[in-house]
Amino acid sequence: MLTFTIRRLVLAVPTLLFISLAIFLLLELAPGDPMAQVPLTVPPEVKEKMREALGLGEPMHIRFWKWIVQFFWIEPQVLIDHIFGTSFSAGDLRVISWQTRSPVMDIVVQRIPQTLWVVGTAYVVATIIAIPIGIYSAYRQYSWFDQLGTFVSMIGFSVPPFFSGVLVIVIFSVNLGWFPSIYDTTLVVNSWDSFVTQLKQMVMPVMVLALQITAQTSRFMRASMLDNLNQDYVRTARAKGLGEYTVVMVHVLRNSMIPVVTVIALGVPAIFGGAIITEQVFKVNGIGQLLITALQANDLPMVQTLTFIFAVLIVLFNLIADVLYGILDPRIRYD
Amino acid sequence: MTDREPLVPDEGLAPASEATIGAAGPLRDTLTTAPRSQWRNVWDQFTHHKGAMAGGIIFLLIVFAVFLGPFFWTLEATQIDIRARNQGPSLAHPFGTDQLGRDMLARMMEGGRTSVSVGIAAMLLALFVGSFVGVVAGYFRRLDSLLMRLTDLFLALPLLPLLLVMMLLFREPLSAAFGTEQGIFILIVCAIGITSWMPTARIVRGDVLALKEREFVLAARSIGTTNTKMIARHILPNVLSPIMVSATLGIANAIITESALSFLGLGFPPDFPTWGRLLFDATDYLQQYPSRVVWPGVAISLTVLSVNYLGDGLRDALDPRSRSR
Amino acid sequence: MKTRALLLGAISGLAMAPAAFAERGSDGTVSIIYWQAPSIMNPFLSGGTKDVEAASIVIEPLARYDEEGTLTPWLVDEIPTVENGGVSEDLTTITWKITPGIMWSDGTPFTANDVKFTADYCMDEAGGCAQVTKFEGVSSVEVVDDLTVKVTFAAPTPFPYGPFVGGESPIIQAAQFADCMGAKAPECTEQNFNPIGTGPFVVDEFKPNDVITLSANPNFRHPDKPAFAKVLFKGGGDATAAGRAVMETGEFDYAWNLQLAPDVIANMEAGGKGVAVAGFGPLMERIMLNNTNPDPALGPDERSVVRPHPFLGDPAVYKAMSMAIDRPLLVEIGYGQAGKVTCNWVPAPEAVNSDTFSCDTQDIEGAKAMLEEAGYKDTNGDGVRETPDGKPMKILYQTSTNAVRQDFQALIKEWWTQIGIESELRNVNSSVFFGGDPGSPDTFQKFYADVEMYANTFNGTDPQSYLGNALCDKVPSPASQWQGENVARFCSEEYDALHEQLTKTAGADERAQIARQLNDMVIEGGGMIPLVHRGRLSAHSNTLGGVILNVWDSELWNVADWHRLQGS
Repeated sequence: MLTFTIRRLVLAVPTLLFISLAIFLLLELAPGDPMAQVPLTVPPEVKEKMREALGLGEPMHIRFWKWIVQFFWIEPQVLIDHIFGTSFSAGDLRVISWQTRSPVMDIVVQRIPQTLWVVGTAYVVATIIAIPIGIYSAYRQYSWFDQLGTFVSMIGFSVPPFFSGVLVIVIFSVNLGWFPSIYDTTLVVNSWDSFVTQLKQMVMPVMVLALQITAQTSRFMRASMLDNLNQDYVRTARAKGLGEYTVVMVHVLRNSMIPVVTVIALGVPAIFGGAIITEQVFKVNGIGQLLITALQANDLPMVQTLTFIFAVLIVLFNLIADVLYGILDPRIRYD
Repeated sequence: MTDREPLVPDEGLAPASEATIGAAGPLRDTLTTAPRSQWRNVWDQFTHHKGAMAGGIIFLLIVFAVFLGPFFWTLEATQIDIRARNQGPSLAHPFGTDQLGRDMLARMMEGGRTSVSVGIAAMLLALFVGSFVGVVAGYFRRLDSLLMRLTDLFLALPLLPLLLVMMLLFREPLSAAFGTEQGIFILIVCAIGITSWMPTARIVRGDVLALKEREFVLAARSIGTTNTKMIARHILPNVLSPIMVSATLGIANAIITESALSFLGLGFPPDFPTWGRLLFDATDYLQQYPSRVVWPGVAISLTVLSVNYLGDGLRDALDPRSRSR
Repeated sequence: MKTRALLLGAISGLAMAPAAFAERGSDGTVSIIYWQAPSIMNPFLSGGTKDVEAASIVIEPLARYDEEGTLTPWLVDEIPTVENGGVSEDLTTITWKITPGIMWSDGTPFTANDVKFTADYCMDEAGGCAQVTKFEGVSSVEVVDDLTVKVTFAAPTPFPYGPFVGGESPIIQAAQFADCMGAKAPECTEQNFNPIGTGPFVVDEFKPNDVITLSANPNFRHPDKPAFAKVLFKGGGDATAAGRAVMETGEFDYAWNLQLAPDVIANMEAGGKGVAVAGFGPLMERIMLNNTNPDPALGPDERSVVRPHPFLGDPAVYKAMSMAIDRPLLVEIGYGQAGKVTCNWVPAPEAVNSDTFSCDTQDIEGAKAMLEEAGYKDTNGDGVRETPDGKPMKILYQTSTNAVRQDFQALIKEWWTQIGIESELRNVNSSVFFGGDPGSPDTFQKFYADVEMYANTFNGTDPQSYLGNALCDKVPSPASQWQGENVARFCSEEYDALHEQLTKTAGADERAQIARQLNDMVIEGGGMIPLVHRGRLSAHSNTLGGVILNVWDSELWNVADWHRLQGS
């Protein structure tokens, strides 16, 4: 297992380098101009000067090399400086966003809390709801509960969040006035009242997101349970005279959780990726919103860095999922 | 899993992945009977699955409505009648009209044609690539590692940004080459297809790996069956179950992805209706003209729902163990 | 929102003085939402309106335009003119006298040095300053004494109010930005996010593309302003949500630039928590007519460059096309309260708005007759007219991708079909369309189409440089890397001569008159078909007082005067 992990980690390095190059080339080739949002009243010569000031005049390979150096060499130094108070990175140029002219990583760090709060909570809530639903739906396959569960999860899957988001805003903010329609990212939770406010503003985005995630996870759980319920060992267990509860909740559940746990692990990078549409609708302004605004403004360093961070997380959690699978399921051996 | 899900088909697609768990491994066996009666059984099982039958019928109805509807409802989707704008349902306009007085029923049919075509085409593409990679990787040992690394690479690429970047990147050249609508259609289909084949590939590979060790494959090989014949006659029919389940889910996913792209301003242009676009445009009018939201919303949900039930039924029907019960 | 309610309660409990005479910071927090989130607080590094306006709460220019477009002294005692000796007789220098006693928010005095520094900062070649046009023609900026600064222009400049006037050209503090000159400008994150200013508020925290929190400037020159202690400036989302938050849920006090359908706005106003206000600058939605031939069969050096258009150059054609358009309907559908019918290229300020043309009634029959008379007849009965030399009147009509524009395209296509001109519609992603990439065939400058629709405007109130957009030497061509503002390829010697005269004329009335003539020449000569004079539509809550919508400067120009209305 250890060798497997190490080999995968080593393999991940060229994969990630290749991904970073692929992303860079894609972004380079894409048409679009970081100056497109500048109003027409600014004449083209001035825009050209502004582009040059962004470093756009340099050849592609030099810019890619610069990004590699900034991301893999300077940014870690900044992190070390930040933690230990040293000054390795003093004077070095960090990855700078074109829109804000400030270090990309600083903004990312700023955005992570709200994304984790909202998307993370939704993920946890959804998982907690989904697993029992999945178990029961599978145990009573084709019962009304199962049918209802299927129906609701299909609805959750099929309604786009840009619609369900606006719908809950109109119902709960405009008509009922229960929750704020705009998420306040400056809120500091330091008292019971502020905690309640935080909860209130989180309810709607979490609701919209959790609906989707529950839909997915409960279907998965149900399927996994169904697979195990028909296995021979279940028959054996029942034949042995074990209680139904023990059979389902101990034997079947434990085995069914193996693939579910790995799937849950695979979903974790998406938490950091944020929820582009939901964040946009509720003005959560997390990582997802950061990415989409950067894309719209053609802020290449920002898009490049963000997508690369996602790639790293995905590779990492894929590995974690594989390892988990190996640990949980003794039948699986990596060699 | 957040709203990456509707955008990006991924492992989260429960029934598809379930097929791996269920189908992979030596545990599933012994009940395979002769091919003919197998398909009979499948059909019987399928017709006994009420949800699947209902789903299948509704899906077919939707497809017929959007493709054949214009023969019966002859109003043009682009015809402007400025005096009759923002009307509610009436005899002349059963679904009402939009802000320029265009008939919503005609627009729904036109939008549905695009949405359903995108769904089916993207699904076929993803299915083709996925099955191809999966079968080849599973069957030919030498290619396995390479192809699976490629799959991992695609899985590791952040799909949504990739999708968005692809849209930005190729939208204009393709529009220039094929005209706006066809260009964007091709682009959306390719973008969705290329970013959603990996789960199918993994599932299929897993199944093929297991099948290869089975006696009937050994037997076939011993009588000198060529690789092509082997794949076509023995391997492919036996991995149809996960492929078909992936297919149904692929349609639903593509339709939803298309609507999300419209929301982000990267889908079809505003004057080109699709269900996602119509729903997005109507969201602003949610309070004034709720009916404009209802039609596209219902259409998307109904399609996704019916296709999913269809997939559920198919999976149950194709799973020999559930048939044996 | 709870805090605000509490504070409000506390204030109404006190209820001692009317709001206008309230103490500084007595009205709690004002919350503003911009659906485009500001990404930087330094307008010199970003031309975006959102950034300019956010920065205008903190840093201020020497003079501003008020809501009528009149110059108003801001950090100076009076507007320098030739009459008061502030502008030299030969129109080459302008001398600003700073009001004594103005402090930066850090307590240091505001001096002429800061003004000179600002000019140096923006005029530095390597800095990529977005507002460098404001300093066009400036040869030097000198500090005469601590409170006097003299700007010298290379040539006589009848309108010397470019530098240091308006929200795009505020003064930054020399001490703070000293190390940020030229190429170093983008690296000064701290300075760019938290500029020290003379304005009513100071940045507490700037979260790029998200939210800005500001609090009252303790050193602000008016002792009892601003009335609010804090500003919460939220960005992001979409216009609908912003409008909803102000007018329906009342969570926010001010929402900027609500480009929404009129009935959506009306429905939101029915929510009763706020009102929409509109103001009109020179922003105008138009159809540009291509004066050159965009035929794809011609090579890149000829296409849209030299040859005249086969038929669009004929006055009968473009006039008929204009007559066929029902402008009041376009306004109603696309912009509602925030739009007006216009027949002019320069619809504002009022003095420059020509009254030569009228175009508010649609006349399909008249348009048909006009085409018929000029020899454009449908000879083969396919519903499309042919030119006298037998070419069908088919045009390619392009614009940027945007819901309202596509609605307009659909409508106008319909009307043009009625008069026998067939149009093919095309829309291009706006980041490509306005992107100016010389390699792309789809930019609005290349104009590889017969007509195209977009909106344009100018800053401030003087249209001279805007009118320069129709000069022959501003035509985009391969030689100029397709850069240039004369997108219509309108070219007339007479026009160039009259514009030359404008650059030498000083009196406001004469200038306005020439401007009107120039406007008429372009419309009459087939440069463009004006459609809608577009305004700015913003919304404020019923409890927010002092809002005066200003389209000539930052919308937040008088945020110091905003206050909470009593009894609400």
